[in-house]
Amino acid sequence: MKPEDFELFSTLVRQRSGLILTPEKTYLLESRLLPVARKHNLKTLEDMANMLRAKREEILMFDITEAMTTNESFFFRDNKPFVLFQKNLLPRLLTARAGKKHIRIWSAAASSGQEAYSLAMICAEETAKLQGWKIEIIGTDLSREMVTRAKSGIYSQFEVQRGLPVTHLVKYFQQVAGDKWQIKEPLRQMVQFREGNLLTDMGASGTFDVVFCRNVLIYFDLPTKGRVLGAIHTMMPSDGYLLMGGAETVLGVSDKFKVIRGEQGLYVPHASIYESAAAPLAAGIAVSAAAAR
Amino acid sequence: MKNCLIVDDSRVIRKVARQIFEAIGFVCEEAEDGKVALDKSTALMPGIVLLDWNMPVMNGLDYLRALRAMPGGDKPIVIFCTTENDLTHIQEAMAAGANEYIMKPFDADIIRGKLEQLGLMGS
Repeated sequence: MKPEDFELFSTLVRQRSGLILTPEKTYLLESRLLPVARKHNLKTLEDMANMLRAKREEILMFDITEAMTTNESFFFRDNKPFVLFQKNLLPRLLTARAGKKHIRIWSAAASSGQEAYSLAMICAEETAKLQGWKIEIIGTDLSREMVTRAKSGIYSQFEVQRGLPVTHLVKYFQQVAGDKWQIKEPLRQMVQFREGNLLTDMGASGTFDVVFCRNVLIYFDLPTKGRVLGAIHTMMPSDGYLLMGGAETVLGVSDKFKVIRGEQGLYVPHASIYESAAAPLAAGIAVSAAAAR
Repeated sequence: MKNCLIVDDSRVIRKVARQIFEAIGFVCEEAEDGKVALDKSTALMPGIVLLDWNMPVMNGLDYLRALRAMPGGDKPIVIFCTTENDLTHIQEAMAAGANEYIMKPFDADIIRGKLEQLGLMGS
């Protein structure tokens, strides 16, 4: 792709969504924009760039932005893991940690911080139950740029609408500089962001009761997945919780964790005595139920 | 039935929004201003309303207030979808009975995310 065409597309996407596309994402851009070009009866991305220069058509600009931002970071992404955390895991931890009143949560590959702040919002919503508790939420990411962004807590208008209920926007954000919104100070203080590489030693970070490591392992090969899961396992008490993305699994990757039936994306260390709230089923029934889903 | 009323004076926005809602499985009606929207709501109460603010004849806020005063008008989920992007407008809309608020420009993920939060996306 010609550099000026890349520049045109990436500027458009940044202006409309806040998403920053660096030149090493050229391949991603090409693979996602070619279907858009075809939809608009354009043969090549060069044709699409020229069309865009000639006529800034709303539907074309909309489709380009849409194609590039799909599956990028959301607040409360996929929703269910957050409901699970609020309704199930947090109450369990309130009982299990009643002695030390201290819970540590890790958002691994935190990107621009939406997952970590979503967890902070849940804790803020549950503040009545958490009086006297110390809740640590730590987000790590490989990229210094992402860590800086996450720390700032500043998001584009586009980003604050992805998955975030407007009531939470009003409650936990303040408007800065027109179309930017910033997480308010009390919530920002609940979360720490650090640079960190999942593939090298994270051991210095201590142990975590809950680890959100979603849609991260999909980028790694099998042995690397196993290594990362092994590392997470060493950083987790036996009654801790691991959450992974809907398309991910520990099965065939690592024997350190086991699947929790009926709770999609939830894994616990093998030694855990986690008891599902649902009545136990015979193994055969569970397998066919899983297959039916 | 999941029926959606899309209220916006821009034909392009109505078309884009319609595509998104139809892809999710909604049946869509369109209205180009608040007055037309009110007439259509009287004929058939929508399940959900995507509502622009600034329109000729009757604006979105006046439509919303009139809708909420109608018999059964408390039922529809109303999502504002407007270029008005400041806290004052958001709070005014919520106080008038809006359920959600989208600031333009939007995309399919924003609408789907809001519907998911409102429990309207199924499982």
